[in-house]
Parts: sequence; structure tokens; C-alpha cells
Amino acid sequence: MSGSDAAARPDDASAPSGEVAASDLLLSQVVREQSGRIVAALARSLGSLDIAEEAVAEAVEEALRAWRKGGIPPNPGAWLTQAARHNALDRLRREKRYREKLASMVPGIDSESAVLENAWPDSSAELDDRLSLLFGCCHPALAPEAQLALTLRAVCGLTTAQIARATFSTEPATAQRIVRAKRKIGATGIPLRIPDATDRAARLDIVLTIVSVMYNEAHLVAGGDAAADRDLADDALWLAGVIAAALPREAEAHGLLALMLFHRARESARSVDGELVLMADQDRSRWNQTLIVRARAELDQAARLRRPGRWQLHAAIAACHADAETTAETDWLQVLVLYDLLLGYDPSPVVRLNRAVALDRVGAPTAALTEVDALEGQLTRAHLWHAVRAHLLRRLGRDDEAVAADLHALELTANDAERRLLAARTAR
Amino acid sequence: MKYVIMFTFDPELDAQVSEDRMQGLYGRANQWYGENAAQIADGGAQLQPVETATTVKYGESGSVVVDGPFSEAKEVVGGFSVIDVPDMDAAIALVRTWPFLELPGWGVEIRPILTIASQSEE
Repeated sequence: MSGSDAAARPDDASAPSGEVAASDLLLSQVVREQSGRIVAALARSLGSLDIAEEAVAEAVEEALRAWRKGGIPPNPGAWLTQAARHNALDRLRREKRYREKLASMVPGIDSESAVLENAWPDSSAELDDRLSLLFGCCHPALAPEAQLALTLRAVCGLTTAQIARATFSTEPATAQRIVRAKRKIGATGIPLRIPDATDRAARLDIVLTIVSVMYNEAHLVAGGDAAADRDLADDALWLAGVIAAALPREAEAHGLLALMLFHRARESARSVDGELVLMADQDRSRWNQTLIVRARAELDQAARLRRPGRWQLHAAIAACHADAETTAETDWLQVLVLYDLLLGYDPSPVVRLNRAVALDRVGAPTAALTEVDALEGQLTRAHLWHAVRAHLLRRLGRDDEAVAADLHALELTANDAERRLLAARTAR
Repeated sequence: MKYVIMFTFDPELDAQVSEDRMQGLYGRANQWYGENAAQIADGGAQLQPVETATTVKYGESGSVVVDGPFSEAKEVVGGFSVIDVPDMDAAIALVRTWPFLELPGWGVEIRPILTIASQSEE
């Protein structure tokens, strides 16, 4: 999907393109800023995320139809809140009739008090409401795919169609995933609340992981060009900012925000005319210095809290790249040390693969290849593993094997821009 | 909210645990029930070994009786209790302190009990 397509929220066939697409971008920003707050507030007062979320989703669709015709109202947040309240009351009335029917069959159950009893505990009113909603959506009792879909829907206000495209899924499957997740939250009593100190770090890590997945998926959409889907990446960056602002004492929240800002800063050099450019070949003058300065400030803020973690280490590695004028001038030894530290938090194959790249850069390509080969089986289905392996084999003069590895990588990537990059390499 | 918690384990793995350690864990489990009495609505039951299980199953020409548990999984249900806690986070926090969770193969499944309010969510 293209950037403007991503911004055009509902699938309104009557909407002309071009001029309207620009205002759609503005609309989607308004929706993003407002919908999570309204869902959170409604869920708290109604005691049902399901009803709150449906009511807001409907209001968003209505808003986009109405605002396209009549323009954005002076107070779009109030407009959305009003519409969502109205929809929620409608739903409650329908439900009430149903509850009353049930109650008449089972004496002693008062339908209205049943609704009120479910009210979410309000232990964190001083914090951004959206954070409670976010922690609820990213509850470990939900599967990771459900966490992601529900976060995109309830917190960021994306439509089911957009979520389906962003997560390589179909609309019916996405819709079902969201409905099931909401029902599970309601039926199992998962609280919409920021967890207390004992659980905070582990739960925050899930939230941050989801935000990071959201950012990465924006760049991986099958058939997409490198410049596409800025919208979802932008949503993820926005969400990381919301979290860091609401939880200023959480070092890892600043760490993830810093990491994403560093990545975002490279965006225009990473994707040139829809073609993917590897970091080593990027025109570093195109890196956005304003974003890099912001990223560094976030990383400094995190460091002052003196609670290291994996996102800060990832960001510190990104900072090493940002510091260097060229790939050769990069302090690869520092990068390697940071990867060694990172392994203590995250010994995943992907981190080990990246560490191998640093190992090669400090002059140990043979050791790097040994490390990469040790990951065989764990990453064999990931095109990056084959691509890194190809690079190392080429460095060691094993050209035939390198071409074979590049071909494997090519077979495994679904992203058009990445395919073209790999195809160019095998043709060389 | 009320939840049923089901204790599951792998009998083969448990068989490798020393008698002493098992006795210690049973002692701590009893203590656990005492300490958390306020949150336990019904102590439930500990079940006899899975070898004693008999299952009555659907059959096309009438139900059939078979030897063994309902599922062929290596893990079996060893018992259950009913807890009454404010929400899922409280249920998870309580279950996390179950002493046997330090043995490989052990798990505790948490399931909310169906109520009128939850029925209307369907």
C-alpha cells in the first residue's frame, strides 16, 4: 500500500483521490490522537472494552465520512467523543434488553449493577489513560498477534482493513482476532491498568516489543516498496513517544523511542526512489540530523535513570552508526561490545546474527561465518541469515557459495524492494 | 471474579523427582492453601493418579467407555481449586506462587467461571 492509501482510512469508494488524500492524512492523525483516549475513557466508565472499542470504531468511520464532506470540525476530539458516546449508549440499550431477558430468567441478578460491577479499577488516573488501555491490549494472556491487532485498533484507531494489510492477514481473520481478544479481556477479567512495580518491567517489555514489531512490519509489507507504509511506522513512533512521555522514569521506554528515532532518521537514505539501500551504501548526508539529535536526547535521558536494558543497548548501537561519517569509520569494536552486552538480555538468533556482522567488521570474517553457520536451522527461513552468509562467503572468496546463499535469500523475501536489491547482487 | 485453576503436570517428569523433594513441595503446597485461604473459594480436589482415569466418550452408536484420560497429551490434570480474586492479574499473581511450578512439566491453567454477565458478552 502507498503512503496516501494508508492514510485513507475507510474503504469509501466515493472518495476521490489526490486532494482528499492529503486531508485524509490529517484526519488519520486526528483519529490517532483522539481514539485511544476515548476508548480508554469509555472502557473505564462502561466497564467494557468491547462496547467502548466498537463504539469508537463506528464513530471513526462516521467521522471520516462526515469530515470528508464538511471538513474537519473545530474540535474533532469532542466530535468523536460525542459520536462514540452516542454509539455506546445505543449498544448498551440493546444489551440491556438482552440482559433483562436473562435476568428475568435468573432471579436475583440485577442487570444494571452487573454492568457497573465490571467497572475497570481506576488506579492510575494521574497517568495517560491510553497507557492503561495499552497495557490491557498487550496483556500476556493474549497471543502476540492479538496484542498487536488490538493495539492497532483500540489505541491507534486503525481500521480492520488497515490492520489486515499491515499484519499480512485477511480482513475476516483480523476482525475475528480482534473480537476474540476483546471478548477474552472482558470474559477473563483482564484489567486495563498499568501493572504495579513487581510486574511493571516484564509487562512494559511486552508493550515495547509490540510497538517495535509495529514499526518493523511497516517496512516489511509484502509487495510493498521501501517508501511505503510510512503511516504505520509513524503510528509506532508516535506510540513510543506517548509511552515515554507517560512513563518518564522507565529507561527502556526512552530506549525504544531513541532506537526508533535513529531508524527514522535514516529513512530517506534507506529508501531511494522505492529502492532499498543498505546502511553501508547509504548517503549519510541524507540522515535526518534533527531526529538524530532527538534520539540522542532520549538515550541520554534513559542513561540518567541508570537501569540498562535491551532497547537502550539497541539504541546505543544505532548511536554508534549515527556517530560515524562512513561505514569504515564506525567504531565497530564498540558495536561488538554493545552486542555482547545485548546478548545478556536477548540471546536471540537475530541478535547473534547482527553480532556476527560486527565481528566481521572488526576483522574476523572467519569467526563471523562460524557464528552464522552455528545459527543454521534457527534462522534458515529468514532471508537475512542467507544474505549475511552470502556477504561473509564473498569476503572469504567463496563466490559460488555466496551466489547460492543470495539466491536462497531472494527466494525467502516477500518484499519487492528487498527482492530487487538481492537480485542485483546475484547478477553482479 | 471466580476462576477455576487446574494443576497440570507430566507424570514421567515428576517420577524423576526425589521423594524428599516431593514431600517438601507437598508441605509447601499445604502451606500455600493456608496462607491464601482468603482468596480460595473452594479448595477443590487433588486427583488420584492418571492411571485411574476412565473416560466416557461420544460414539456413533451410543457412548463408549474407555480406559485413560480425555486427552492424549503427556501432561495430565492433577487437581483443581476455585479462587475468588479481583481480576486476571490477581489470579496470575496468586498462581505464580504455587510451589510446584518450580518442577519442569508443571502448569496451572486459569479459567474464569461462566456467569450471567459473561454470557451476555457472547
